Amino acid sequence: MSDWISPAILNLIVGSTLETLYMVAVAALIGTLAGLPLGIFLATSGKGELFEAVAVNRVLGVVVNATRSTPFIILVVAIIPLTRLIAGTSIGTTAAIVPLALAATPFIARIVEAAIREVDQGLVEASLAMGATPLQIVRKVLIPEALPGLVLGVTLAIVSLLSNSAMVGAVGGGGLGDLGIRYGYQRFMPEVMLLVVVVLIILVQAVQSLGETLARRVNRRVRRL
Amino acid sequence: MMLHDTIAAALDAPLFPEAAAAPPPALQPGAAAAERPGTPGAPSGGGGASIVLRDVSRVFPARGGDAPVAALDSISIAIPQGEIYGVIGRSGAGKSTLIRTINGLERPTGGDVVVDGVAINRLGDAALRDQRRRIGMIFQHFNLLSSRSAFDNVALPLELAGLSRKAIGEKVLGLLDLVGLADKKDRYPIELSGGQKQRVGIARALATDPRVLLSDEATSALDPETTRSILRLLAEVNARLGVTIVLITHEMTVIKEICHRVGVIEAGRIIEEGLVCEVFAHPRTTTARAFIGSLPGREVPPALAGRLRADPAGAAQTVLRLTLTGAAAGQPLVTRLARELGIDICLLGGQIDSIGALPFALLYVGVPAGAWAGGPLRARLEAAGATTEVIGHV
Repeated sequence: MSDWISPAILNLIVGSTLETLYMVAVAALIGTLAGLPLGIFLATSGKGELFEAVAVNRVLGVVVNATRSTPFIILVVAIIPLTRLIAGTSIGTTAAIVPLALAATPFIARIVEAAIREVDQGLVEASLAMGATPLQIVRKVLIPEALPGLVLGVTLAIVSLLSNSAMVGAVGGGGLGDLGIRYGYQRFMPEVMLLVVVVLIILVQAVQSLGETLARRVNRRVRRL
Repeated sequence: MMLHDTIAAALDAPLFPEAAAAPPPALQPGAAAAERPGTPGAPSGGGGASIVLRDVSRVFPARGGDAPVAALDSISIAIPQGEIYGVIGRSGAGKSTLIRTINGLERPTGGDVVVDGVAINRLGDAALRDQRRRIGMIFQHFNLLSSRSAFDNVALPLELAGLSRKAIGEKVLGLLDLVGLADKKDRYPIELSGGQKQRVGIARALATDPRVLLSDEATSALDPETTRSILRLLAEVNARLGVTIVLITHEMTVIKEICHRVGVIEAGRIIEEGLVCEVFAHPRTTTARAFIGSLPGREVPPALAGRLRADPAGAAQTVLRLTLTGAAAGQPLVTRLARELGIDICLLGGQIDSIGALPFALLYVGVPAGAWAGGPLRARLEAAGATTEVIGHV
């Protein structure tokens, strides 16, 4: 392996992997923190629902759809002023977290919305009959009951963040994707490209199995043997 | 605000217009009534609450060209504390909407729902939540949280009420014991049978010591045997804790098995109401008759039905349906009349059962045509307390 890939290249790959992990982890965290309440609100603010606010629901829906329909690479450059405002700079790995988190938020929100809507409406009715407040219903009923779906949803979001993170090289974000483009493609080093892809595959596999294991563990709707 | 409503409601009308006009003593479920705390007239010994619905209407607004629908149409019901009151009706009759007005899940568009002196429909959100803790509810599909064990499901209403973990633990174990599931406390709903799930549902509904228990088709998803065991548990809860129970169902067996009084609902109106044994013995509406007729053993036996003729000419026997309740059902009426009047009475079918605590008999008998037309048979039967009805001739 050492005569095929130089230690320098290996170092680059390790460094880029760490950059990718850093960007994706922070963006996933922010995306979840923002997307979870947003998704819950979207799922519970329709007509006749817990936090009925039909107009707000509709406006948020449009904003979420607009963000989701903007191609990620365009989003990255379009929000450069916002990135500079938040991160202090528009270039680099930390700065890249801003567009990543911004794209992950509506994605997670929609997934959360779907998972929450899956919860049997009878449980909401039963909780109301017990005298639960809407917030108690969210905390004690909706989130725990939707948990398996929420975990799988966040897993999906992380995988999609891994793929998005390949594009932040456009603003000097670094990471595996950037390495692949610059070395593998622009410097004609197909073995680097191959390694980048292999590392990404391993990461996606790891995230996916971790997510599935976790989702299984919190799922009480299936009989345990 | 709350106090205001309470007083206003109390002043509006007498709480129990029907309790004043007591039912005939022969029809009152004797033994059961004496044991039961909070029976109308008896001093209240238990924790039940009275429920009064006064002219309650619920109109769903017109939608997409359809006319507005009145799910409830000026319903008035008075349920004394400690009673088990059953509402029977076909699907779409409004029974679900009706039971939901009692805990405010459904807001009436007219009238008042008064539970224990509090007008539920006039409460604000916070006061309503407070009242709901005093009204338990169980459901057809149990509505247990799949993410919580039996223990934690029963604990939920106590957590919502803000009790300490320790207080919750003691309370929940006692409740699981009451419903016979102490050994299943760590099981998740997926691991429980339908009957066990409903027992958890009942324990959960009783967790906050409610004075009213609402049962929304609680046995409709269960097999007959499990249904009986759940109904027995509800009757026990009613007797032991004095909880007022309002249940809705489409099954007459449920009414027969545990209810003290029954209301028949159709098209959003209570079309018939009374003590269960009364309604069974003398149903006034065709709907009530149909529900009662749906019970096993109530129909004219098929072999007999095929031979029945409406025209008495040339028939040897007149076929009667005799309904006997209470003391009348306990007498050796048929053999005595046969002996004393010197006639043969042919038993063609029927059923002997008990409704509430009362014996109840419904018999199809054939008597000689002449004995019915002219003889003293009819007068003797009626004197003994039997309801007679000629259903044909053979």
